Amino acid sequence: MVSTTKNRFVTLFLKNLLAWCASLLVLVPMALIILNAFKSDGETLTMTMDLPKIWTFTNFGVVIEKGKLVRSFFNSFLYAGCATIVVVILCTMAAYVFSRRRTKGFSMLYMYVVLGMVIPVNYVTLTKVMQVLHLTNSALGIILLYTAMQTPFTVFLTYGFVSKVPEELDEAAILDGSTPANLFFKIVLPMLRPAVITAGVLCFLNTWNEFIMPLYFLHSTDKWPMTLAIYNFFGQFETNWNLICADVILTCLPVVLLYVICQRYIIGGQTEGAVKG
Amino acid sequence: MNKAKVYPWYFAIGAVLVYTVLNVVPGILGLGYSFTDWSAYSKELHFVGFKNFIDVFSGKGNYLTYILNTLLFTFVTTVAKTGLGLLLALALSKGIKGMNFHRGVMYMPSVLPVLVTGLTFTSILNPKIGFLNTFLRGIGLDFLAQKWLVDSKLAFWSVMAVDIWRGTGYIMTMLIVGILAIPNVYYEAVAVDGASAWQKFRYITLPMLRQTLAVTIVLNVIYGLKVFDMVYALTNGGPGHRTEVMYTAVYKMMSKGLYAAGTTISTLLFVFMLIVGYFMVKILTKDEVVE
Repeated sequence: MVSTTKNRFVTLFLKNLLAWCASLLVLVPMALIILNAFKSDGETLTMTMDLPKIWTFTNFGVVIEKGKLVRSFFNSFLYAGCATIVVVILCTMAAYVFSRRRTKGFSMLYMYVVLGMVIPVNYVTLTKVMQVLHLTNSALGIILLYTAMQTPFTVFLTYGFVSKVPEELDEAAILDGSTPANLFFKIVLPMLRPAVITAGVLCFLNTWNEFIMPLYFLHSTDKWPMTLAIYNFFGQFETNWNLICADVILTCLPVVLLYVICQRYIIGGQTEGAVKG
Repeated sequence: MNKAKVYPWYFAIGAVLVYTVLNVVPGILGLGYSFTDWSAYSKELHFVGFKNFIDVFSGKGNYLTYILNTLLFTFVTTVAKTGLGLLLALALSKGIKGMNFHRGVMYMPSVLPVLVTGLTFTSILNPKIGFLNTFLRGIGLDFLAQKWLVDSKLAFWSVMAVDIWRGTGYIMTMLIVGILAIPNVYYEAVAVDGASAWQKFRYITLPMLRQTLAVTIVLNVIYGLKVFDMVYALTNGGPGHRTEVMYTAVYKMMSKGLYAAGTTISTLLFVFMLIVGYFMVKILTKDEVVE
């Protein structure tokens, strides 16, 4: 008995040690960014974990002005926000039809869409398609692209939720004289609230973080989202770590806030499907 | 109830259309263009048969290196994230203090923009003024202070390490959810027989986690094969082409106007994923289909 108690203690100690090491490994770089964002120009010649000698709050103002972040912030918000709304509406509608009508054709169509989760994008020919459609360097173009990229996962995610809404509900509504559109938007969609929130939050997160699409398809600086703006800023101010750190914080702030508020939905959504087996 | 009327097909048309035009069509077009000499330098387009593919596999223009780098990246990061993720998941699934704090912290890197994580680490790993080397010198471990992203032997491993830093928490979280879904009665049953911790892990946890592990591996592989942001931010393929992966190479070919070459590399990945992807999707959607 003595040995098992001792063993349990050792296991617990090792578990805690491991947990703290891993957490510190994640926290240290983050703390480093936060501390250095408040230092003055001279203090960040080397990056250290020392507290700022003088807490400099003006870095954020400088970055916003020099990096033209107001414009980029608005752009990111526009692209991610619009894409999220479009994706959620189109994909829940599609998932609803796929889930309710399980004929061979619709099952195949569902598989076809979900296959997009693994299919890689061919950016070279996508450029061609975008040019033909006159969607290059336009807000509409990037929103549609984001929509296309988020569609497979969102359909997959919401499909599972739709099948949990009882079909008897539909029958009752139809007997009451409801139109198909009314049935979906007034009855089914409100019942899909958790799915809509989960899909929306994840879509916003992914599109806010998107870098490769704007890199290929948005050429004028006034159309750049935050990710492109920070990349460019990094190239220009490579030695001003305090400014770069401030920019990093501003770029990450929306997603970090979203994560803190909607943690449950994000983790639930990203781990969906993994553990039902 | 007439299902065709109640659930009209055109409800699905928006999603299917956008997805088809901007995702599938470029893929199929790419397949066609990879048999041509498409470039920015000539208006005419010629059919060249399998020439582009032969070029890739005969080692012309380093293309093969980029593919092999991508595979190495995918393999190493998948193994490391799964292994470390499982270890952490086992430690953090039950009975330790501050469990939620640790989980919340470790998940954080996977919600941040990958590009920003990459940029941040270029500063941390800077040989002269970066935090890591300053720290190592500070505690007297000068010999460990390396030129992380500059040394041609080390650079790719540094890139992979940063990606493992970014992605392990996510995998860990999935595995924790999986572990917590295992009914406790199984453990209680073998505890009566006096099973050791290792036996519990080997004969209950591991088999019950099979589906979750399969999904995490698939997700890691998909991510690894398509990696771009991380490499682009950290090294942009350098030094030389030591850390070049498929998507960074395609971006460079695209900027140089070498469309056919870029499209050929993309097509190779496209065809590979069409073949393997079906099985991957089957794994990802396993229960959904049976439901």
